[in-house]
Formats: sequence, structure tokens, C-alpha cells
Amino acid sequence: MNVLQKFEATQVEKLTAGKTIPAFRPGDTVKVNVKIIEGTRERIQAYEGVCIAREGHGVNESFTVRKISYGEGVERVFPLLSPRIETIELVRRGTVRRAKLYYLRGLRGKKARIVEKKDYAAQTQE
Amino acid sequence: MRTGLIAVNEGMTRVFGEDGSHIPVTILRVDDCQVVAVRTEEKDGYVAVQIGAGKAKVKNVSKPMRGYYAKAKVEPKKKLVEFRVSPENTLDVGAELCASHFVVGQFVDVQGQTKGCGFAGGMKRWNFGGLRASHGVSVSHRSIGSVGSAQDPGRIWKGKKMPGQMGNETVTTQNLKIVAVYPEDGLILVQGNVPGTTKSWVVIHDAVKKPAPADVPKPAGLKSAAKAPAPAEAAAAEAPAEEAKE
Repeated sequence: MNVLQKFEATQVEKLTAGKTIPAFRPGDTVKVNVKIIEGTRERIQAYEGVCIAREGHGVNESFTVRKISYGEGVERVFPLLSPRIETIELVRRGTVRRAKLYYLRGLRGKKARIVEKKDYAAQTQE
Repeated sequence: MRTGLIAVNEGMTRVFGEDGSHIPVTILRVDDCQVVAVRTEEKDGYVAVQIGAGKAKVKNVSKPMRGYYAKAKVEPKKKLVEFRVSPENTLDVGAELCASHFVVGQFVDVQGQTKGCGFAGGMKRWNFGGLRASHGVSVSHRSIGSVGSAQDPGRIWKGKKMPGQMGNETVTTQNLKIVAVYPEDGLILVQGNVPGTTKSWVVIHDAVKKPAPADVPKPAGLKSAAKAPAPAEAAAAEAPAEEAKE
């Protein structure tokens, strides 16, 4: 590892300390709890939607969450390791065949649904 | 005026600010910086310190230079740079400099050799617009167009922007902010980019156009000073760096 990679590795370690980031991928519905500052006070706001892309790696990794808010499509890009993110919760897993779900932008209503991923292996074990 | 440091550009990355903002930073590594020679008013007519950095293989160092290093009792260096200093900030030969020479929040100037772009045209070198893509323009779409007036003045103004060598020149970027300092690894993080490629040498010194903070180590941030009397100071230097991360 060169100096830059070593430095980035320590940064990732520092930013992930005390945090658990669930393994989620595009197609999954996630709830991102974001710290926001209102005046002097800090509170947590949840942003829930479908993860449509993950990009970059290490300290530069980010993900895009899309949701429909009051009939209007909203997309937000979060840095995965941002200190402004309190937690990320995995709400639902989806079956998709692409890494980038940008086609969802052109779809509305029923057509924009994503089929839930069924984990049969886990069910049979139970 | 304090001495500067010689560092290696190790590339760019990002760190998060306290408010979660991204800070683009360049990592500069201070590599075995040591005073090789001192210029004095009596002997040379001016006051300066010559700093060496890096570690040169002895077999690649010429015989006269080996003698030069032997006289100073320092290991052969890859890079030598002279810094003008004020008489009170002069150093001893052999003194080892440390990244804690600079403090977090301070502004510095960074000098380096820019990437060479060869003989470049007016569009690339000066952001000229070029000629039109159609409407009868032939062959000369990227040409610079007219370069002057008519019979009066009958010549081209001096300093007219024209095609020519671009890059591969020494450039100083002024007023870059120090985001963090890691003396144990010899790393200095400056906000923004610096001239030149990665793994190239750069020279860092206190900003000329901004006052240095009062707590900069004087005459210089020495390795011996960082180790022996003030571990508290080193810890204090680290603490703001830690804060900047979070």
C-alpha cells in the first residue's frame, strides 16, 4: 500500500468506528437517519427510499436513494461514511438485475415497483 | 521569516469537516528533511538554510557531493533547496525538521513543477474559442485567429497570447490551508491541489500574503523538539487534527 492508500484506510477505520453499516445494494429499500442542524439544535431526520446506485469505494463511497415525495421524485446522494449520517437501516431487500437503477426515473406507480428478494435458504433452515 | 520544508506530493483524497462537509486535500509527505548547510551574513552576505530531503543511494551520488554531505555529517539527500530565513530563525547543520513545523489552520504557499503539456495551441493554453465548425471555415478550426491590428501599429503587441510551451514550469500556489498534520508519519494535509504530478517534490513555506499564527514553532519544527521537551505540544498539534476529521 502506498502512503495515500494507507491514509485512506485509516480514515475509513476512523469513520466506521462504532458504526455498523448494513450490507445493502441497489434495489434495497433503506432508511437513512441524517443529522440536521436547525438553528442551534441538532435533530435526526429519516430519509427512506430505494437505493438506486452505489458508487466509489473506500472513503469516497456514496449511494443514491430515490423516493417519491408528494408525487415528485426526489433523489439524494449520501457519502456512505459521512459523519452526518447517524445510522442506515435496511428495510427491504429487492430483486434487481442491474447495478444502477436509473431506469426507475422514467417509471411511475406500479411499474416502478421492485420485487422483494426471497431468501429461501434462510426460510428452510428455520 | 522561517524556513520551509521539502515534501513529496502523495496524491489527493477527501476528509470530512466537523459539519460533515467534504474537504479536498492533498497529502504531502515530509521525507527526512535535514539542514545540510547554513549561509551566514559574514560568509555569504545573506542568511539562509539549505535543506535536504529524501535518501539518495550513495552509489548514485557524485564524489564531490559525497564530500559535501560528509562535511555536514548528513546522509546523502535526493533534493536540496535553499530557504532565505531571518537571522533569528537560522538553524544548525544536521537539524532534522518535522511536519509539525506547520500548524493546523495555517496558510502556506506550495511550489512545484507543473505537468508538462508540450507545445500547446491557443485553445488549450489560453482558452481561446477557436474558429467556427462550419460556415466556410477550412482546416483552421482550432487556430487562434487574428493576432493584431492593421498598418497602425504595424506590429504585434508584446506579450500577445500565442501557442507555445505549456506547463513544465515552476509554479507557486498561494494561501493553501493546512487541514491536518501527522508528525509521526510526516504527513501534511493541505486543502486543494498543488502544482505537479504525484510523487513529485514540492516546497512548502509560510504564506507570504497572510500572517502566520502566533503558535508556529520558531525557529522551526524540529524532530528533537517534538520528541524531548514538549510531548504536550505534539499532542496539542494532533488534537485539532483529530477534530478536523470528525
